Amino acid sequence: MTDKDVTNILVVGIGGQGVMTAAEILAQTAIVQGFDVKKTEVAGMAQRGGVVSSHVRFGPKVLSPKIVTGTADILVGFEAAEAMRWSDHLRPEGVAMVNTLRLEPPVVSLGLYDYPEDPIGAMREAGVNVYAFDAGAIALELGDLRLVNTVMLGAIADHLPFPAEVLEEQIVARFRARKPKLVTANEQAFARGRAAARAAGRAEAATA
Amino acid sequence: MNAVVQAVAETRHLLSGNEAVARAVWEAGVKVAAAYPGTPSTEILENIALYPDVYSEWAVNEKVSIEVAIGASIMGARAFCAMKHVGMNVASDAFMTQTLAGVVGGLVIVVTDDVGLSSSQNEQDSRYWGRFGHMPILEPADSQEAYEMVKGAFALSEELNSPVIVRMTTRVCHVKAMVTVGERETHEPAGFEKDPARWVLTPAAARARIPWMFERDGKLREFAEASALNRIVEGGDRRVGFLTSGPAAMHVQEAFPDAPLFKLGFSCPAPIGRIRAFAGTVERLVVVEEGEPLLEQELKAAGIDCHGKDILPRMGEMGPDVLLPAVKPLLGEPWEAPVGHRRQSLFPRPPTMCVACPHLGPYFTLSRLRNVIISGDIGCYTLGAGHPWNALDTTISMGASMGVALGMDKGRGATDGKKAVVAVIGDSTFLHMGMQGLLDITYNRGNVTVLLLDNRAVGMTGGQDHAGTGRDIHGEEAPRVDFVKLVQALGVKPERTHVVDPYELPTLFKVLRQETKIEEPSVIITNQPCVLIDDYEKHQPYKVVDEACTGCGNCLDVGCPAIFVTRRDKAVKPSGKEVDLAFVRIETAACTGCNLCVETCAPDAIVHAAPTHSVKFQ
Ligand code: SF4
Ligand code: SF4
Repeated sequence: MTDKDVTNILVVGIGGQGVMTAAEILAQTAIVQGFDVKKTEVAGMAQRGGVVSSHVRFGPKVLSPKIVTGTADILVGFEAAEAMRWSDHLRPEGVAMVNTLRLEPPVVSLGLYDYPEDPIGAMREAGVNVYAFDAGAIALELGDLRLVNTVMLGAIADHLPFPAEVLEEQIVARFRARKPKLVTANEQAFARGRAAARAAGRAEAATA
Repeated sequence: MNAVVQAVAETRHLLSGNEAVARAVWEAGVKVAAAYPGTPSTEILENIALYPDVYSEWAVNEKVSIEVAIGASIMGARAFCAMKHVGMNVASDAFMTQTLAGVVGGLVIVVTDDVGLSSSQNEQDSRYWGRFGHMPILEPADSQEAYEMVKGAFALSEELNSPVIVRMTTRVCHVKAMVTVGERETHEPAGFEKDPARWVLTPAAARARIPWMFERDGKLREFAEASALNRIVEGGDRRVGFLTSGPAAMHVQEAFPDAPLFKLGFSCPAPIGRIRAFAGTVERLVVVEEGEPLLEQELKAAGIDCHGKDILPRMGEMGPDVLLPAVKPLLGEPWEAPVGHRRQSLFPRPPTMCVACPHLGPYFTLSRLRNVIISGDIGCYTLGAGHPWNALDTTISMGASMGVALGMDKGRGATDGKKAVVAVIGDSTFLHMGMQGLLDITYNRGNVTVLLLDNRAVGMTGGQDHAGTGRDIHGEEAPRVDFVKLVQALGVKPERTHVVDPYELPTLFKVLRQETKIEEPSVIITNQPCVLIDDYEKHQPYKVVDEACTGCGNCLDVGCPAIFVTRRDKAVKPSGKEVDLAFVRIETAACTGCNLCVETCAPDAIVHAAPTHSVKFQ
């Protein structure tokens, strides 16, 4: 838009996946970095398994809270088809960081609609710069599916206008206070996510 | 999220508009705050409840919430209530009289408009209440302004002797932005002063207050003209100037950073004098309103030339993506959208019932009944209109299911003569506005079967407590209404009152079929809690044995989102008829073992699985 200094991050997924928490942590990190921040959700009854998207905008001064179509710098997709749904919000050089998880909604189970054969492929075909990997598998290996959140944040850490360590510290600080047992797991999840994204990036570059 | 409760003055925090309002209410020295939950206003009272020195409560409905606030104001205490736009319709009876009586302690009402309809039955512009009620409307654009305006509104209310409405929209309520907080003021209630001529609004008393109110109108106008909340943001490019309020002001600044902007914070009554002066400084004036062309019409009536809804949409949000293509052509500049990636077409993902929701059974049962007309209500119950149940025929407004059902019963023609009329309503909704509808059914001998689905929570807004849950806003034990006794007190016969477990499909079927055949009012109350609240108990999860599954797909009709199709096929029956098969699996990590799907599976293909690490997933 008018202010190129503003970073636009769109986090998308399904109600209950932790989309809001990821966005909250990103916003907090931007505050620590001294930015003006706005964060908003576009969630019609999200709690009930609907689509959730959270817009995070930060920079020297942020006016409108909403990311205009075609201007997002990073799209964080917690689910493959949801990433595909929102990919038009990315600017051409933007990055889509996608968890390859497929969650079929009841309308698909009931045979009313089809789930796309290959959402990631469809995004690539449309020219989107996709980094895709199985964040759920990493989280489960580390012992808790809820770690997907941290894995995804680790994955975008190299693409942010502040050091990855600042983001990691924000995540870890949340657990240090409330659930110290989960500190190590989150550190690992962050690192694994970061590594997975780098590997996905290399694979992407090789096939491009 | 709640760190702000302890936050010291002059510190900055990332707060949603709703959290900012809560802080402002506390800082303003408010003594009493009440609300009924409703998106996007719910979190305001949830957050106020965290401040121990404010009395806060979930009222049974918005009218009662404002009555509570009015009572406190009469005692001289500062009082607050919050509601969504449709709630204001419910509250309006009390509110329209209160504006005539005025206030003692500052009385502020936050009304939140669901611009763009994320979860409401209609889109409404609450700015009209200012004109209707002869009272000021303040319109914040972000969290900081929400905080400042709400805090200031109490003093304004006392100074003008009027309740004040702060109108917010979803993009203020649910947007998080930086807020600098302050300190709590003390505000001791002045005490009640007997004044029946003011507080007893008989026709004679009310008549006497009306000239007083018109006088106040004049004062309001002066205040609006002078208010620092109405301010001009200078801009060098005078080809177009904007008049706007609320979050639309942020969108305008984002889209047209160089254009002059008159931003209304104190928007009712409109400061026509200052607007006229502003209009004279720009080549053309564009009024950007989220909702109705209310200001636009006032301006035109005052002879001020402007654009508005002739170029802008009548509904939804006025984001930069809406403003740019509408206004650029006025300047003779074509608008090219940012080149992003092409939009991908995809299945919809509408909200659905949760895994193991206690309403799955009732809706599954209703979807199997023939010859019924089903009058629905708001909340999670509305989801029953979706797939696979398609079990609702109407949803009008909160608590309306029973009145509508009675009307259907009484109004039916010969073609519907044999059909049974069923009304479905939730526990909180029943207490909010539904009870009177049931009373009308019994009193007028309607032939309606009522399903009162008691899940012990206000489910759709996140499981808040109410008079039927046994807990108050702080989660502390409170008297719990006895629904059986209540419906019987409203005239339902004991033999026509049933309590059933919604997970026991055969009983549910039997009772529902029996009651729909009996031509009397009956009420069937279900008794299992919402899966999202603490009372819900999980059991051992299930899985599907592949070899045993015949692909009948019966379990899919339950509508539990933990059941997925793995493979589709076709088979030819001995009769020669072709049938579709759907083989399924259960996501064991999500399944709560509620047993519903098991009851529908004839070949017993659904069996207990080893408990896995469970995930919350709806
Ligand atoms: S038992 Fe069946 S209906 Fe109940 S939660 Fe599990 S999969 Fe869903
Ligand atoms: S009801 Fe039983 S047999 Fe039929 S599809 Fe479901 S699991 Fe398979």
